[in-house]
Amino acid sequence: MKSGSSLERILESGQFAVTAEAGPPKGSSAKVIQRKGELLKFCCDALNVTDNQTAIVRMSSLGGCLLLKELGVEPVLQMVVRDRNRLALQGDILGAAALGIRNVLCLSGDHQKFGNHPTAKGVYDIDSIQFIQMVKTMRDEHKFLNGEEISGDVPFFIGAAANPFADPFEFRVIRLAKKVNAGADFIQTQGIFDMARFTEWMKMARDKGLHEKTHILAGLIPVKSVGMARYMRNNVAGLSVPLEIVDRMADAKDPKEEGVKICLETIEQLKEVEGVHGIHVMAVAWEDIVPRIVEEAGLMPRPVV
Amino acid sequence: MIVAKRKPFEEIKESVVGAKRILVLGCGTCVAVCLSGGEKDVAILALQLKMALKLENQDVHIDELTIERQCDREFIEQIGTRVNPDDYDVILSMACGAGVQLLSDVFEHKVVLPALNTTFIGVAEKLGVWSERCSGCGDCILGKTAGLCPIARCAKQLLNGPCGGSVNGKCEISKEVDCVWQLIIDRLTRLDRLEMLEEIFPVKDWSPAGHGGPRKMVREDLKL
Ligand code: SF4
Repeated sequence: MKSGSSLERILESGQFAVTAEAGPPKGSSAKVIQRKGELLKFCCDALNVTDNQTAIVRMSSLGGCLLLKELGVEPVLQMVVRDRNRLALQGDILGAAALGIRNVLCLSGDHQKFGNHPTAKGVYDIDSIQFIQMVKTMRDEHKFLNGEEISGDVPFFIGAAANPFADPFEFRVIRLAKKVNAGADFIQTQGIFDMARFTEWMKMARDKGLHEKTHILAGLIPVKSVGMARYMRNNVAGLSVPLEIVDRMADAKDPKEEGVKICLETIEQLKEVEGVHGIHVMAVAWEDIVPRIVEEAGLMPRPVV
Repeated sequence: MIVAKRKPFEEIKESVVGAKRILVLGCGTCVAVCLSGGEKDVAILALQLKMALKLENQDVHIDELTIERQCDREFIEQIGTRVNPDDYDVILSMACGAGVQLLSDVFEHKVVLPALNTTFIGVAEKLGVWSERCSGCGDCILGKTAGLCPIARCAKQLLNGPCGGSVNGKCEISKEVDCVWQLIIDRLTRLDRLEMLEEIFPVKDWSPAGHGGPRKMVREDLKL
Protein backbone atom coordinates (compact mmCIF):
# COMPACT_ATOMS: atom_id res chain seq x y z
CA MET A 1 0.00 0.00 0.00
CA LYS A 2 1.25 3.43 -0.89
CA SER A 3 -0.98 5.37 1.45
CA GLY A 4 -3.28 2.93 3.18
CA SER A 5 -6.29 5.11 2.35
CA SER A 6 -9.69 3.43 1.98
CA LEU A 7 -9.90 4.72 -1.54
CA GLU A 8 -6.64 3.01 -2.39
CA ARG A 9 -7.73 -0.24 -0.71
CA ILE A 10 -11.06 -0.28 -2.50
CA LEU A 11 -9.49 0.39 -5.89
CA GLU A 12 -6.58 -1.98 -5.38
CA SER A 13 -8.98 -4.74 -4.39
CA GLY A 14 -10.73 -4.29 -7.72
CA GLN A 15 -13.97 -2.83 -6.36
CA PHE A 16 -15.91 -0.06 -8.06
CA ALA A 17 -15.24 3.16 -6.14
CA VAL A 18 -17.57 6.08 -5.48
CA THR A 19 -16.28 9.52 -4.62
CA ALA A 20 -18.06 12.86 -4.51
CA GLU A 21 -17.29 16.49 -4.08
CA ALA A 22 -17.83 18.42 -0.86
CA GLY A 23 -17.10 22.07 -1.48
CA PRO A 24 -16.19 24.19 1.54
CA PRO A 25 -18.22 27.32 2.36
CA LYS A 26 -17.46 30.95 1.59
CA GLY A 27 -17.07 31.46 5.28
CA SER A 28 -15.78 29.92 8.45
CA SER A 29 -18.69 27.68 9.39
CA ALA A 30 -17.57 24.14 10.14
CA LYS A 31 -21.22 23.06 9.96
CA VAL A 32 -21.49 23.42 6.18
CA ILE A 33 -18.79 20.90 5.52
CA GLN A 34 -19.86 18.68 8.42
CA ARG A 35 -23.39 18.54 7.03
CA LYS A 36 -22.09 17.45 3.64
CA GLY A 37 -19.87 14.91 5.36
CA GLU A 38 -22.79 13.42 7.31
CA LEU A 39 -24.96 13.37 4.21
CA LEU A 40 -22.42 11.61 1.99
CA LYS A 41 -20.64 9.51 4.59
CA PHE A 42 -22.39 6.24 3.84
CA CYS A 43 -22.66 6.49 0.09
CA CYS A 44 -19.10 7.49 -0.83
CA ASP A 45 -15.68 6.02 -0.23
CA ALA A 46 -13.99 9.40 -0.08
CA LEU A 47 -14.97 13.04 -0.48
CA ASN A 48 -12.99 15.59 -2.45
CA VAL A 49 -12.63 18.94 -0.75
CA THR A 50 -12.21 21.54 -3.45
CA ASP A 51 -9.48 24.17 -3.33
CA ASN A 52 -10.72 27.70 -4.05
CA GLN A 53 -12.76 26.17 -6.85
CA THR A 54 -13.30 28.33 -9.93
CA ALA A 55 -10.87 30.74 -8.28
CA ILE A 56 -13.45 31.82 -5.71
CA VAL A 57 -12.06 32.12 -2.22
CA ARG A 58 -13.47 29.61 0.22
CA MET A 59 -12.42 27.84 3.39
CA SER A 60 -9.16 26.01 2.67
CA SER A 61 -9.22 22.49 1.41
CA LEU A 62 -6.94 21.40 4.23
CA GLY A 63 -9.35 22.84 6.82
CA GLY A 64 -12.27 21.12 5.15
CA CYS A 65 -10.42 17.81 4.97
CA LEU A 66 -9.66 17.89 8.67
CA LEU A 67 -13.32 18.58 9.51
CA LEU A 68 -14.35 15.57 7.42
CA LYS A 69 -11.71 13.39 8.98
CA GLU A 70 -12.97 14.23 12.45
CA LEU A 71 -16.35 12.86 11.35
CA GLY A 72 -14.78 9.65 10.18
CA VAL A 73 -15.12 10.54 6.51
CA GLU A 74 -12.14 10.00 4.25
CA PRO A 75 -11.11 13.19 2.45
CA VAL A 76 -9.34 13.82 -0.84
CA LEU A 77 -7.26 16.97 -0.53
CA GLN A 78 -7.56 18.99 -3.74
CA MET A 79 -4.63 21.31 -4.36
CA VAL A 80 -4.14 23.81 -7.17
CA VAL A 81 -0.81 25.21 -8.31
CA ARG A 82 -2.49 28.51 -9.14
CA ASP A 83 -2.31 29.66 -5.52
CA ARG A 84 0.89 28.12 -4.16
CA ASN A 85 4.53 27.91 -5.12
CA ARG A 86 6.73 24.86 -4.60
CA LEU A 87 7.50 25.85 -1.00
CA ALA A 88 3.86 26.22 0.00
CA LEU A 89 2.81 23.06 -1.86
CA GLN A 90 5.43 20.91 -0.16
CA GLY A 91 4.72 22.46 3.23
CA ASP A 92 1.00 21.78 2.89
CA ILE A 93 1.67 18.22 1.73
CA LEU A 94 3.67 17.59 4.89
CA GLY A 95 1.01 19.25 7.03
CA ALA A 96 -1.69 17.11 5.43
CA ALA A 97 0.39 13.98 5.95
CA ALA A 98 0.82 14.86 9.62
CA LEU A 99 -2.94 15.33 9.96
CA GLY A 100 -3.56 11.87 8.55
CA ILE A 101 -4.87 12.91 5.16
CA ARG A 102 -4.02 10.19 2.68
CA ASN A 103 -5.43 11.22 -0.70
CA VAL A 104 -4.38 14.24 -2.74
CA LEU A 105 -5.62 15.49 -6.10
CA CYS A 106 -3.02 17.59 -7.94
CA LEU A 107 -4.53 20.25 -10.18
CA SER A 108 -3.62 23.34 -12.18
CA GLY A 109 -6.76 25.19 -11.10
CA ASP A 110 -9.12 27.42 -13.03
CA HIS A 111 -7.52 30.69 -14.06
CA GLN A 112 -7.90 33.46 -11.47
CA LYS A 113 -9.60 35.58 -14.09
CA PHE A 114 -12.83 33.58 -13.56
CA GLY A 115 -13.00 34.01 -9.85
CA ASN A 116 -13.87 36.67 -7.34
CA HIS A 117 -10.34 38.08 -7.19
CA PRO A 118 -9.62 38.52 -10.88
CA THR A 119 -6.82 41.01 -10.19
CA ALA A 120 -4.79 38.44 -8.23
CA LYS A 121 -1.33 37.35 -9.27
CA GLY A 122 -1.41 33.71 -10.33
CA VAL A 123 1.47 31.64 -8.98
CA TYR A 124 1.95 28.75 -11.45
CA ASP A 125 5.48 28.10 -10.22
CA ILE A 126 5.16 24.43 -11.21
CA ASP A 127 2.42 22.77 -13.24
CA SER A 128 0.06 19.95 -12.27
CA ILE A 129 2.20 17.23 -13.85
CA GLN A 130 5.34 18.47 -12.12
CA PHE A 131 3.31 18.62 -8.90
CA ILE A 132 2.27 14.97 -9.22
CA GLN A 133 5.92 14.04 -9.79
CA MET A 134 6.98 16.09 -6.78
CA VAL A 135 4.50 14.38 -4.43
CA LYS A 136 5.56 10.98 -5.74
CA THR A 137 9.21 11.78 -5.04
CA MET A 138 8.28 13.01 -1.55
CA ARG A 139 6.42 9.76 -0.92
CA ASP A 140 8.70 7.19 -2.56
CA GLU A 141 12.12 8.74 -2.09
CA HIS A 142 11.51 10.92 0.96
CA LYS A 143 12.98 13.82 -0.92
CA PHE A 144 11.97 17.41 -1.45
CA LEU A 145 12.04 18.89 -4.92
CA ASN A 146 15.55 20.20 -4.24
CA GLY A 147 16.79 16.73 -3.34
CA GLU A 148 16.99 17.32 0.42
CA GLU A 149 15.90 14.53 2.73
CA ILE A 150 12.43 14.55 4.31
CA SER A 151 12.09 13.12 7.78
CA GLY A 152 9.06 10.87 8.23
CA ASP A 153 6.65 9.29 5.79
CA VAL A 154 4.56 11.07 3.20
CA PRO A 155 1.97 8.40 2.45
CA PHE A 156 -0.32 9.75 -0.24
CA PHE A 157 -2.56 8.14 -2.80
CA ILE A 158 -1.91 10.55 -5.65
CA GLY A 159 -4.69 11.70 -7.92
CA ALA A 160 -4.91 13.81 -11.04
CA ALA A 161 -7.63 15.20 -13.23
CA ALA A 162 -8.17 14.38 -16.88
CA ASN A 163 -10.45 16.04 -19.36
CA PRO A 164 -11.32 13.88 -22.37
CA PHE A 165 -13.45 16.73 -23.73
CA ALA A 166 -10.79 19.40 -24.04
CA ASP A 167 -8.72 19.87 -27.17
CA PRO A 168 -6.70 18.73 -28.98
CA PHE A 169 -8.46 15.39 -28.57
CA GLU A 170 -5.60 13.23 -29.90
CA PHE A 171 -3.25 14.75 -27.35
CA ARG A 172 -5.53 14.13 -24.37
CA VAL A 173 -4.40 10.55 -23.91
CA ILE A 174 -0.74 11.53 -24.30
CA ARG A 175 -1.28 13.99 -21.47
CA LEU A 176 -3.00 11.30 -19.41
CA ALA A 177 0.05 9.10 -19.99
CA LYS A 178 2.29 11.91 -18.78
CA LYS A 179 0.25 12.18 -15.60
CA VAL A 180 0.39 8.43 -15.06
CA ASN A 181 4.15 8.42 -15.68
CA ALA A 182 4.52 11.31 -13.27
CA GLY A 183 2.87 9.18 -10.59
CA ALA A 184 -0.92 9.51 -10.73
CA ASP A 185 -2.39 6.52 -8.89
CA PHE A 186 -5.93 7.57 -9.71
CA ILE A 187 -7.65 9.87 -12.15
CA GLN A 188 -10.91 11.77 -11.76
CA THR A 189 -12.29 12.93 -15.08
CA GLN A 190 -14.29 15.95 -16.09
CA GLY A 191 -18.07 15.43 -15.97
CA ILE A 192 -19.21 13.11 -18.74
CA PHE A 193 -22.20 13.84 -20.96
CA ASP A 194 -20.66 12.98 -24.31
CA MET A 195 -20.41 9.22 -23.98
CA ALA A 196 -19.17 8.67 -27.53
CA ARG A 197 -16.16 10.87 -26.96
CA PHE A 198 -15.49 9.37 -23.54
CA THR A 199 -15.51 5.79 -24.81
CA GLU A 200 -13.20 6.78 -27.65
CA TRP A 201 -10.82 8.36 -25.15
CA MET A 202 -10.96 5.26 -22.94
CA LYS A 203 -10.17 3.09 -25.92
CA MET A 204 -7.10 5.19 -26.65
CA ALA A 205 -6.12 4.96 -22.98
CA ARG A 206 -6.50 1.17 -23.03
CA ASP A 207 -4.42 0.95 -26.20
CA LYS A 208 -1.60 2.50 -24.21
CA GLY A 209 -2.30 0.19 -21.26
CA LEU A 210 -3.03 3.16 -19.01
CA HIS A 211 -6.15 1.56 -17.50
CA GLU A 212 -3.86 -0.97 -15.84
CA LYS A 213 -1.43 1.60 -14.50
CA THR A 214 -3.93 3.96 -12.91
CA HIS A 215 -7.50 3.87 -11.62
CA ILE A 216 -9.84 5.96 -13.72
CA LEU A 217 -12.90 7.35 -11.95
CA ALA A 218 -15.43 8.74 -14.37
CA GLY A 219 -16.78 12.20 -13.52
CA LEU A 220 -20.51 12.94 -13.28
CA ILE A 221 -22.33 16.22 -12.92
CA PRO A 222 -26.03 15.76 -12.05
CA VAL A 223 -28.00 18.41 -13.94
CA LYS A 224 -30.75 20.20 -12.06
CA SER A 225 -32.31 22.35 -14.75
CA VAL A 226 -32.27 23.13 -18.44
CA GLY A 227 -30.64 26.45 -17.60
CA MET A 228 -27.73 24.64 -16.02
CA ALA A 229 -27.41 22.29 -19.00
CA ARG A 230 -27.40 25.24 -21.39
CA TYR A 231 -24.93 27.18 -19.30
CA MET A 232 -22.53 24.25 -19.20
CA ARG A 233 -22.93 23.67 -22.91
CA ASN A 234 -22.21 27.28 -23.85
CA ASN A 235 -20.02 28.73 -21.15
CA VAL A 236 -17.82 26.14 -19.53
CA ALA A 237 -14.58 25.63 -21.45
CA GLY A 238 -13.72 21.97 -21.65
CA LEU A 239 -17.18 20.57 -20.98
CA SER A 240 -19.03 18.82 -23.78
CA VAL A 241 -22.80 18.74 -23.30
CA PRO A 242 -24.57 17.31 -26.36
CA LEU A 243 -27.67 19.13 -27.57
CA GLU A 244 -29.67 15.98 -26.87
CA ILE A 245 -29.09 16.43 -23.13
CA VAL A 246 -30.24 20.05 -23.28
CA ASP A 247 -33.35 19.01 -25.23
CA ARG A 248 -34.18 16.24 -22.79
CA MET A 249 -33.95 18.69 -19.92
CA ALA A 250 -36.03 21.26 -21.80
CA ASP A 251 -38.78 18.76 -22.61
CA ALA A 252 -38.93 17.20 -19.17
CA LYS A 253 -41.97 17.83 -16.97
CA ASP A 254 -39.80 17.34 -13.93
CA PRO A 255 -36.29 18.49 -14.86
CA LYS A 256 -34.70 17.32 -11.63
CA GLU A 257 -36.05 13.80 -12.18
CA GLU A 258 -34.77 13.90 -15.74
CA GLY A 259 -31.37 15.00 -14.46
CA VAL A 260 -31.23 12.02 -12.13
CA LYS A 261 -32.32 9.73 -14.96
CA ILE A 262 -29.58 11.02 -17.26
CA CYS A 263 -27.04 10.52 -14.52
CA LEU A 264 -28.18 6.97 -13.80
CA GLU A 265 -28.16 6.05 -17.49
CA THR A 266 -24.63 7.40 -17.76
CA ILE A 267 -23.49 5.32 -14.78
CA GLU A 268 -25.00 2.19 -16.33
CA GLN A 269 -23.05 2.81 -19.50
CA LEU A 270 -19.87 3.64 -17.60
CA LYS A 271 -19.99 0.36 -15.71
CA GLU A 272 -19.63 -1.39 -19.05
CA VAL A 273 -16.55 0.57 -20.13
CA GLU A 274 -13.43 -1.48 -19.58
CA GLY A 275 -10.94 0.40 -17.40
CA VAL A 276 -13.44 2.57 -15.54
CA HIS A 277 -12.86 1.74 -11.88
CA GLY A 278 -15.36 4.04 -10.26
CA ILE A 279 -17.30 7.26 -10.42
CA HIS A 280 -16.77 10.74 -9.05
CA VAL A 281 -19.95 12.77 -8.53
CA MET A 282 -19.68 16.54 -8.65
CA ALA A 283 -23.11 17.69 -7.52
CA VAL A 284 -22.27 21.32 -6.92
CA ALA A 285 -25.02 22.86 -4.75
CA TRP A 286 -27.06 19.64 -5.12
CA GLU A 287 -25.22 17.29 -2.78
CA ASP A 288 -28.58 16.03 -1.42
CA ILE A 289 -29.12 14.05 -4.58
CA VAL A 290 -25.94 12.00 -4.31
CA PRO A 291 -27.18 9.32 -1.86
CA ARG A 292 -30.17 8.63 -4.12
CA ILE A 293 -28.03 8.40 -7.25
CA VAL A 294 -25.58 6.00 -5.61
CA GLU A 295 -28.45 3.91 -4.23
CA GLU A 296 -30.38 3.70 -7.49
CA ALA A 297 -27.21 3.00 -9.44
CA GLY A 298 -26.97 -0.18 -7.37
CA LEU A 299 -23.72 0.90 -5.74
CA MET A 300 -24.89 0.54 -2.14
CA PRO A 301 -23.81 -0.50 0.38
CA ARG A 302 -20.27 0.78 0.09
CA PRO A 303 -17.57 -1.74 0.90
CA VAL A 304 -15.99 -1.68 4.33
CA VAL A 305 -12.24 -2.00 4.00
CA MET B 1 10.33 45.14 -29.40
CA ILE B 2 9.11 46.54 -26.11
CA VAL B 3 5.46 47.37 -26.54
CA ALA B 4 3.91 50.17 -24.53
CA LYS B 5 0.59 51.89 -24.45
CA ARG B 6 -0.20 55.48 -23.62
CA LYS B 7 -1.74 56.03 -20.21
CA PRO B 8 -5.27 57.44 -20.13
CA PHE B 9 -5.13 61.18 -20.80
CA GLU B 10 -6.81 62.08 -17.51
CA GLU B 11 -4.17 60.19 -15.57
CA ILE B 12 -1.37 61.98 -17.42
CA LYS B 13 -3.00 65.38 -16.92
CA GLU B 14 -3.53 64.66 -13.24
CA SER B 15 0.13 63.69 -12.85
CA VAL B 16 1.45 67.02 -14.16
CA VAL B 17 -0.77 69.24 -12.02
CA GLY B 18 1.21 72.18 -10.67
CA ALA B 19 3.96 72.04 -13.28
CA LYS B 20 4.76 75.31 -15.04
CA ARG B 21 7.15 74.11 -17.72
CA ILE B 22 6.88 70.58 -19.12
CA LEU B 23 9.13 68.77 -21.56
CA VAL B 24 7.31 65.95 -23.35
CA LEU B 25 10.13 63.64 -24.27
CA GLY B 26 9.69 60.90 -26.86
CA CYS B 27 11.80 57.87 -27.62
CA GLY B 28 12.62 56.93 -31.20
CA THR B 29 13.04 53.19 -30.80
CA CYS B 30 10.58 50.49 -29.64
CA VAL B 31 7.77 52.77 -28.54
CA ALA B 32 8.03 54.76 -31.77
CA VAL B 33 7.62 51.54 -33.76
CA CYS B 34 4.55 50.52 -31.77
CA LEU B 35 3.17 54.03 -32.24
CA SER B 36 2.99 55.04 -28.60
CA GLY B 37 5.95 57.23 -27.76
CA GLY B 38 7.64 58.44 -30.95
CA GLU B 39 7.77 61.93 -32.43
CA LYS B 40 4.15 61.93 -33.65
CA ASP B 41 2.84 60.65 -30.36
CA VAL B 42 4.79 63.36 -28.56
CA ALA B 43 3.19 66.00 -30.78
CA ILE B 44 -0.30 64.66 -30.14
CA LEU B 45 0.11 64.44 -26.38
CA ALA B 46 1.72 67.90 -26.16
CA LEU B 47 -1.14 69.41 -28.15
CA GLN B 48 -3.78 67.65 -26.08
CA LEU B 49 -2.17 68.83 -22.87
CA LYS B 50 -1.87 72.40 -24.13
CA MET B 51 -5.53 72.49 -25.09
CA ALA B 52 -6.79 70.88 -21.92
CA LEU B 53 -4.72 73.06 -19.63
CA LYS B 54 -5.66 76.19 -21.54
CA LEU B 55 -9.34 75.35 -21.12
CA GLU B 56 -8.68 75.29 -17.41
CA ASN B 57 -6.91 78.65 -17.65
CA GLN B 58 -3.64 77.17 -16.55
CA ASP B 59 -0.55 78.92 -17.74
CA VAL B 60 1.76 76.05 -18.62
CA HIS B 61 4.55 76.04 -21.14
CA ILE B 62 5.02 72.77 -22.99
CA ASP B 63 7.91 71.79 -25.27
CA GLU B 64 8.44 68.66 -27.31
CA LEU B 65 11.54 66.63 -28.04
CA THR B 66 12.24 63.11 -29.21
CA ILE B 67 15.58 61.40 -28.83
CA GLU B 68 16.85 58.19 -30.40
CA ARG B 69 16.74 56.12 -27.22
CA GLN B 70 15.98 56.89 -23.60
CA CYS B 71 17.57 53.65 -22.40
CA ASP B 72 21.05 54.83 -23.32
CA ARG B 73 22.98 57.55 -21.46
CA GLU B 74 24.74 58.64 -24.61
CA PHE B 75 21.47 59.80 -26.16
CA ILE B 76 20.08 61.29 -22.97
CA GLU B 77 23.19 63.41 -22.61
CA GLN B 78 22.51 64.90 -26.04
CA ILE B 79 19.25 66.42 -24.75
CA GLY B 80 21.33 69.35 -23.44
CA THR B 81 22.49 70.24 -26.93
CA ARG B 82 18.90 70.83 -28.06
CA VAL B 83 17.08 72.22 -25.04
CA ASN B 84 18.09 73.37 -21.60
CA PRO B 85 16.79 70.73 -19.17
CA ASP B 86 16.92 73.31 -16.35
CA ASP B 87 14.09 75.18 -18.07
CA TYR B 88 11.60 72.48 -17.12
CA ASP B 89 10.14 71.44 -13.80
CA VAL B 90 8.70 68.20 -15.23
CA ILE B 91 9.95 65.80 -17.87
CA LEU B 92 7.08 63.71 -19.15
CA SER B 93 8.69 60.64 -20.64
CA MET B 94 7.04 58.75 -23.46
CA ALA B 95 9.54 55.89 -23.26
CA CYS B 96 9.21 52.47 -21.66
CA GLY B 97 9.88 52.10 -17.94
CA ALA B 98 13.59 51.65 -18.60
CA GLY B 99 13.77 55.05 -20.28
CA VAL B 100 11.84 56.76 -17.48
CA GLN B 101 14.27 55.36 -14.94
CA LEU B 102 17.44 56.25 -16.78
CA LEU B 103 16.13 59.80 -17.17
CA SER B 104 15.53 59.91 -13.42
CA ASP B 105 19.11 58.74 -12.87
CA VAL B 106 20.56 61.39 -15.14
CA PHE B 107 18.31 64.26 -14.03
CA GLU B 108 18.66 63.70 -10.32
CA HIS B 109 16.87 66.88 -9.28
CA LYS B 110 14.05 66.83 -11.75
CA VAL B 111 10.56 65.30 -11.61
CA VAL B 112 10.34 62.63 -14.31
CA LEU B 113 6.90 61.17 -14.98
CA PRO B 114 5.76 58.26 -17.17
CA ALA B 115 3.21 58.85 -19.91
CA LEU B 116 3.12 55.21 -21.03
CA ASN B 117 2.36 51.85 -19.50
CA THR B 118 5.05 49.40 -20.55
CA THR B 119 3.21 46.22 -21.42
CA PHE B 120 5.29 43.46 -22.97
CA ILE B 121 7.99 42.23 -25.31
CA GLY B 122 6.17 41.38 -28.47
CA VAL B 123 5.65 41.62 -32.18
CA ALA B 124 3.51 43.59 -34.58
CA GLU B 125 1.02 40.97 -35.74
CA LYS B 126 -0.57 43.23 -38.30
CA LEU B 127 -1.32 46.91 -38.60
CA GLY B 128 -2.55 48.12 -35.25
CA VAL B 129 -2.16 44.80 -33.45
CA TRP B 130 0.74 43.86 -31.20
CA SER B 131 0.98 40.75 -29.09
CA GLU B 132 3.20 39.32 -26.43
CA ARG B 133 5.89 36.81 -27.30
CA CYS B 134 8.56 36.83 -24.62
CA SER B 135 8.66 37.15 -20.83
CA GLY B 136 12.41 37.55 -20.63
CA CYS B 137 12.65 34.52 -18.33
CA GLY B 138 16.41 34.39 -18.71
CA ASP B 139 16.58 30.74 -19.79
CA CYS B 140 15.07 30.29 -23.23
CA ILE B 141 13.10 27.09 -23.81
CA LEU B 142 11.88 27.83 -27.34
CA GLY B 143 14.04 25.02 -28.71
CA LYS B 144 11.89 22.57 -26.77
CA THR B 145 8.52 24.12 -27.46
CA ALA B 146 8.46 24.41 -31.24
CA GLY B 147 9.50 28.05 -31.12
CA LEU B 148 6.33 29.12 -29.29
CA CYS B 149 6.64 30.29 -25.71
CA PRO B 150 4.27 28.86 -23.09
CA ILE B 151 5.69 31.16 -20.43
CA ALA B 152 4.73 34.29 -22.28
CA ARG B 153 1.67 32.91 -24.02
CA CYS B 154 -0.02 30.31 -21.81
CA ALA B 155 -2.23 31.97 -19.20
CA LYS B 156 -0.97 29.45 -16.64
CA GLN B 157 2.65 29.23 -17.81
CA LEU B 158 2.24 25.48 -18.11
CA LEU B 159 5.30 23.58 -19.25
CA ASN B 160 3.30 20.40 -19.76
CA GLY B 161 0.14 21.73 -21.35
CA PRO B 162 -2.48 22.06 -22.57
CA CYS B 163 -4.75 22.27 -19.54
CA GLY B 164 -8.30 21.00 -19.53
CA GLY B 165 -9.67 24.34 -20.63
CA SER B 166 -8.27 24.35 -24.16
CA VAL B 167 -11.16 24.28 -26.64
CA ASN B 168 -11.15 24.72 -30.42
CA GLY B 169 -7.66 26.15 -30.27
CA LYS B 170 -8.65 28.84 -27.81
CA CYS B 171 -7.57 29.44 -24.23
CA GLU B 172 -9.99 28.97 -21.35
CA ILE B 173 -9.57 32.62 -20.37
CA SER B 174 -11.09 33.97 -23.58
CA LYS B 175 -12.34 32.90 -26.98
CA GLU B 176 -10.16 35.73 -28.35
CA VAL B 177 -6.92 34.20 -27.09
CA ASP B 178 -5.15 31.34 -28.84
CA CYS B 179 -4.16 28.38 -26.68
CA VAL B 180 -0.42 28.35 -27.25
CA TRP B 181 -0.27 24.66 -26.40
CA GLN B 182 -2.61 23.92 -29.28
CA LEU B 183 -0.24 25.93 -31.51
CA ILE B 184 2.77 24.03 -30.15
CA ILE B 185 1.10 20.69 -30.82
CA ASP B 186 0.03 21.74 -34.32
CA ARG B 187 3.51 22.90 -35.17
CA LEU B 188 5.24 19.81 -33.78
CA THR B 189 2.76 17.66 -35.69
CA ARG B 190 3.68 19.50 -38.91
CA LEU B 191 7.36 19.01 -38.13
CA ASP B 192 6.68 15.36 -37.27
CA ARG B 193 8.22 15.87 -33.84
CA LEU B 194 5.21 15.50 -31.56
CA GLU B 195 6.98 12.79 -29.58
CA MET B 196 9.04 15.61 -28.03
CA LEU B 197 6.07 16.32 -25.80
CA GLU B 198 5.87 12.82 -24.36
CA GLU B 199 8.69 13.59 -21.96
CA ILE B 200 7.75 15.47 -18.80
CA PHE B 201 9.14 18.97 -18.97
CA PRO B 202 11.07 19.52 -15.74
CA VAL B 203 10.38 22.19 -13.14
CA LYS B 204 11.73 25.56 -14.20
CA ASP B 205 14.41 27.57 -12.45
CA TRP B 206 12.74 30.95 -12.06
CA SER B 207 15.79 32.66 -10.58
CA PRO B 208 17.02 34.04 -13.93
CA ALA B 209 13.45 35.21 -14.58
CA GLY B 210 13.75 37.93 -11.97
CA HIS B 211 12.76 35.88 -8.94
CA GLY B 212 16.42 35.81 -7.99
CA GLY B 213 16.40 39.59 -7.62
CA PRO B 214 16.98 42.40 -10.15
CA ARG B 215 18.97 41.23 -13.13
CA LYS B 216 22.16 42.57 -14.57
CA MET B 217 24.38 41.60 -17.48
CA VAL B 218 28.08 42.33 -17.41
CA ARG B 219 30.46 41.83 -20.34
CA GLU B 220 33.94 42.18 -18.91
CA ASP B 221 35.45 42.30 -22.40
CA LEU B 222 33.47 45.43 -23.22
CA LYS B 223 34.02 47.32 -19.99
CA LEU B 224 36.20 50.41 -20.18
S1 SF4 C 1 -6.07 26.85 -22.47
FE1 SF4 C 1 -4.00 26.65 -23.31
S2 SF4 C 1 -3.07 28.68 -23.12
FE2 SF4 C 1 -4.92 28.70 -21.85
S3 SF4 C 1 -4.18 28.18 -19.80
FE3 SF4 C 1 -4.78 26.25 -20.75
S4 SF4 C 1 -2.94 25.45 -21.74
FE4 SF4 C 1 -2.54 27.61 -21.24
